[in-house]
Amino acid sequence: MRLLGQDLEFERLPGAQPVHRAACDDAGLLAFAAAAKESGGRLVALWGSDERDRGTGFALHVAFALAEGLALVTLALPAGHPEYPDLAPLFPAANRLQRAAFDLLGIVARGADRRPWLRHANWPADFHPLRRDCDASRQFPPQNEDYPFVRVEGEGVHEIAVGPIHAGVIEPGHFRFSVVGEKVLRLEERLGWTHKGVEKRFEQFRLADGHRLAGRICGDSTVAYAWAYCLAAESLSGCQVPQRALWLRALLLERERIANHLGDLGAIGNDAALSFGLSQFMRLKEDWLRLSAELFGHRLTMDAIVPGGVAVELADPGGQRIREQCDAIERETHRLKNIYDEHAGLQDRFLTTGRLDPALASEYSVSGIAGRASSQSWDLRTQNPIAPYDELDTQIASHRSGDVAARVLVRFDEVFESLRLIRRIVDRLPRGGLTAPLPAAREGSLGVGWIEGWRGDVLVALSAGAEGGIRRCHAHDPSWHVWPALEHAIMGNIVPDFPLINKSFNLAYSGVDS
Amino acid sequence: MYQILRQIVRTGIKTEAPPAPDQDLRVAAQRLERAMLETLGRALVIRQIDAGSCNGCELEINALSNPYYNLEALGIKFAASPKHADLLLVTGPVAKNMEVAVKRAYECTPAPKLVVAVGDCGANGGVFGESYASCGRVANVIPVDVAVPGCPPTPLALMTGILTAISSR
Ligand code: SF4
Repeated sequence: MRLLGQDLEFERLPGAQPVHRAACDDAGLLAFAAAAKESGGRLVALWGSDERDRGTGFALHVAFALAEGLALVTLALPAGHPEYPDLAPLFPAANRLQRAAFDLLGIVARGADRRPWLRHANWPADFHPLRRDCDASRQFPPQNEDYPFVRVEGEGVHEIAVGPIHAGVIEPGHFRFSVVGEKVLRLEERLGWTHKGVEKRFEQFRLADGHRLAGRICGDSTVAYAWAYCLAAESLSGCQVPQRALWLRALLLERERIANHLGDLGAIGNDAALSFGLSQFMRLKEDWLRLSAELFGHRLTMDAIVPGGVAVELADPGGQRIREQCDAIERETHRLKNIYDEHAGLQDRFLTTGRLDPALASEYSVSGIAGRASSQSWDLRTQNPIAPYDELDTQIASHRSGDVAARVLVRFDEVFESLRLIRRIVDRLPRGGLTAPLPAAREGSLGVGWIEGWRGDVLVALSAGAEGGIRRCHAHDPSWHVWPALEHAIMGNIVPDFPLINKSFNLAYSGVDS
Repeated sequence: MYQILRQIVRTGIKTEAPPAPDQDLRVAAQRLERAMLETLGRALVIRQIDAGSCNGCELEINALSNPYYNLEALGIKFAASPKHADLLLVTGPVAKNMEVAVKRAYECTPAPKLVVAVGDCGANGGVFGESYASCGRVANVIPVDVAVPGCPPTPLALMTGILTAISSR
């Protein structure tokens, strides 16, 4: 089939989601990317793979979200000079993705920003771990990196450097602010500190147990990642997951959404000097996690989703306990929302602070909660919903102002909506089995899983290896798109508001560094 | 304000009793004198360092401050700098990109430099193991006193680990 009137022949990949795949050349890639942008689509992910063992050099894969679903275009790159056209002029979020692809694989975006991203001088520049002939177990002595930050010149401009280790209990990253007085002129982020070599590590896992690694790429989104991974594995092997398992997966995903939103609502209040909000919401979150531990054996429900189904069950009176807790959390969250709404000091800090302009959000392909607070109405649970979301009629949260206040409102809306979904799931949970066996997969077959996690859409692209192994697994976090947009959202704000603004986005570090 | 006060009264006091230390979590024998331990037992300052975690362990460390565990009520506080810390609470396998920063933080920490390695990753490298990008367990990079396994360890397990680090044998 054709998409966007472009001259590429797409084939639908097997599986529950509309994923269309086509091969292209340089010109075809550029034309398709331009058409995707023109049609209001967004760049979802970009990654590479080493196909030299099959005699076809390297490959670049680019995924776009379109009205028709996910379009995945693959460009073959010669083994000798693996270069491809720079996509950053069309989709600026491609910048860091291209740099990461170079660090991991040595494929080059022609004429683009060539600064390293995941590599911090701790291994040589020509050491590309995802190349099949690279011995990725080698360790090199660490080096100090002299990273070329962009300098801002001018009278009264000075720099503030923060991190990588931050003052609170949060993940590491480095932020370089150029300021005049208290006002931020420019922010440049340097991430990659928690890079653990996950994509190489996948090659040591089996298709049937890679969900354990996927579920630890970003611990706060373990359900979303595990589901995306399993969906990819099930798609490429033709596994039919029992209905009950799918409904239980959605239950876990919505529980993960609420847990994180409750925590964020408290932490955002705290960063605006309302510690009452933190202790109240942390209490609600703790109640929530304790019920997860009681019913599903793990507070964060890690490893609950497995290839072929789920490793948990909801037996009586679990459903009743969940319903009662939903009622209690709803009551308390309404009460706390009233307090937040009417607290003048809080609203003063929230309103107009850290504004991500809708046009900019679109430019950077921002999705998830950050997108929905800036008029970007992307939510996989309503667009191309998979079971059981096709029967749940999820209401998408949407706000326009793009400030801290909007990101708080999106979270409140989504807590209430997810509570509704959870009750519905519990009421209508189909009977039946919990897992189906994962059929043997043909070597080289490709599967994609795409799930709306609490932060945004998580994508996993998985290629089967020989004898039940993994050939290549790429996982993409939605924060890749929001981090560079945050550099803009902070401009013109004051430095002391950065923690509040940053918390209102609450982006993943490990999720993008992995 | 009235609503806030009402909510505080309605909530009441949620704090639960702390767990007992567990000497099985020790990696190294207690190095500290009794007098020192008595002081730390009343006022311990922790610096948390994410050395490459997936953020799962951070979620549970943050939970220690919620009203149920209420770590502060035990005289245990989190500091913003290793220079003010008695104990480093280190999560994750140590990412190669964090190796230098972790060593520096350890050097900046004044005696007694207690170190608690957190999670399966901190204790033994976890699912990530060792590679070009991961140094594996925390003890591969800095000396460790206590390791708390779990993925992630529960808040109670974390409290047990922290209290073990300042308990006498
Ligand atoms: S122990 Fe588990 S939760 Fe903690 S950092 Fe490792 S994978 Fe994440």
